Amino acid sequence: MSNVAVSEEQTSIVERPEKKAPLGPLFWICVGWIALNFLGAIFANVLPLQNPLYQDYASINVGPSLHHLFGTDDIGRDIFSRIVYGSRVSIAVGFGAMFIGFGIGTPLGMLAAYRRGRFDTIMTSFMYILLAFPAIIATIAILSFWTPRSLLKIIIVIGFASVPLVYRVIRTATLAVSTKDYIIAAKVQGATDRRILLKELLPNIAPIGVSFLLIGVATVIALEGTLAFLGLSVSPPTPSWGNMINESRTVLQVNPWLAIFPSLALCLFLLSLNFIGDRLRNHFDVTEVKL
Amino acid sequence: MVRYVIRRILMLIGIVFIISVGSFYLIHLLPGNITTIIEGPGASPANQAKLYKLLGLDRPIYEQYFVWLGNVLHGNLGTSFISQESVASTIRAALPIDLEMIFISQVLAFAAAIPMAMRSARKPDGIIDRIFGAGSFTLLSVPPFIVIILLVLFISIKLGIPHTGVSTYVAFTSDWIANLESMALPAVTLAIGSFVVYFRVLRSDLIATLQEEFITMARSKGISQRRIMWRHAFRPSSVALLGAAGVNIGGLLAGGFVVQFLLAIPGLGYTLIAAINQNDYLLVQGIVFVVSVGVVLINFIFDFIINIVDPRISRE
Repeated sequence: MSNVAVSEEQTSIVERPEKKAPLGPLFWICVGWIALNFLGAIFANVLPLQNPLYQDYASINVGPSLHHLFGTDDIGRDIFSRIVYGSRVSIAVGFGAMFIGFGIGTPLGMLAAYRRGRFDTIMTSFMYILLAFPAIIATIAILSFWTPRSLLKIIIVIGFASVPLVYRVIRTATLAVSTKDYIIAAKVQGATDRRILLKELLPNIAPIGVSFLLIGVATVIALEGTLAFLGLSVSPPTPSWGNMINESRTVLQVNPWLAIFPSLALCLFLLSLNFIGDRLRNHFDVTEVKL
Repeated sequence: MVRYVIRRILMLIGIVFIISVGSFYLIHLLPGNITTIIEGPGASPANQAKLYKLLGLDRPIYEQYFVWLGNVLHGNLGTSFISQESVASTIRAALPIDLEMIFISQVLAFAAAIPMAMRSARKPDGIIDRIFGAGSFTLLSVPPFIVIILLVLFISIKLGIPHTGVSTYVAFTSDWIANLESMALPAVTLAIGSFVVYFRVLRSDLIATLQEEFITMARSKGISQRRIMWRHAFRPSSVALLGAAGVNIGGLLAGGFVVQFLLAIPGLGYTLIAAINQNDYLLVQGIVFVVSVGVVLINFIFDFIINIVDPRISRE
């Protein structure tokens, strides 16, 4: 009876570095910006926005005004509204693909680093071979043959393409943690593998995981933007930042706003994600050397 | 060293094998009857039979792979049923454009990154270092397709510089000055992306090297700052830089084509996207295969160069 109570109380130790780099106000501005984009994406239907698909032929290629905050595109659609709706695609692809990548890469990486042995050797050499394969060309190739294209297929392809990268980061991070005294102590006390993996290892690699996750999301969003720019992502008229920029190609001379505003939206979103990821990594003192 | 090289070559063969299987299998991702999809519903029976034979479609799939591999080893990647040109010759015509673009961009990137990293590393956290750092971090978040759009907006449209705009590409053989002008924007765009990576990698390595004892020794002997940077600190700091360059140049071959797309520069990437849009599947397959093998080879070559610069790596 008392034995059970003791092991219940025995909370797992999460390592805290002694001195942390401060997060700073810019960090919170970036967090706020990401939150604002999320709110916009979720509540786009409810917000007092114009219909992103409505074509107003009376006002084509109009510059920014009070009525159209960011102006209109070449068939009279409101650019501001299309940017807010467009964030849905970027956010869905970025977080969806990383959900797949981390969902597969994290358990594999942790198991490989914890178990070592043959499983680790085979798994790691397999992943390193996959890493040598140029991801962007593989993604484009698969998406061009696996027709018709849809948002879900894009998420699946990019998600699976990211598994080797996630695997490498998580495996190295787990390796670094699993030699620590408290892991050995847990083993000596007879803790189950399950408990060590979930309660001791996972919380300690979480900071590395989260900061890498955010940078990964930014990379994926840039990749989706590139695909959309090439016309290989979600099909029009669904707005996304990338395909808005693609549509601006033909009207660059008359309507630069159609290129500038979505570019700005995309870059600010990426910059915020990268900044948050970078600050968190410094905050938890995870240097590149350690990884 | 020899054992290391042999191991690397074995790995290279393994990777190329996997790439060949992947590229081969792409065709089978297509839904429905392969000959109808590749040649279109109106294809003549003779053409269908020709493709059937080329791909060996009447045999089991592993035999089809060897048929395909045999053709590839003889330089036969098939004939495009849209342009009626052989895939291999289309690739041979487009590849030099990519190589020229990558070469110019790398010259620019190194020319900017090395001196700026040295300047930054001299006083870490000084004003110049902070400005360079913030600037390069911001550029990290601007994807190349946005850089090229903005450059076209400001340089070719606002300033009206000739041969820089959309569809104004001039071949090197017809007028090399105009060719360089039309290469300027894509090369600068790729150079910016590479510069950011090189600058950040070299800066942090230089800072680490400059704290080593042999640098203090060199300083105490009164050797000039410039000589210390170039002769003493640069080589030991350049291993990670070379590694980054290998990955990056490979990445440019695979993904740098985005900048060709906007300006309609007929390199490999532009050809690839055009082929995808025209459902020219054999051409897509050929380009994917050639580019993937190219990327792996570049990484392999850079591994070698790194070994020459720092022989400790192969000894582990």
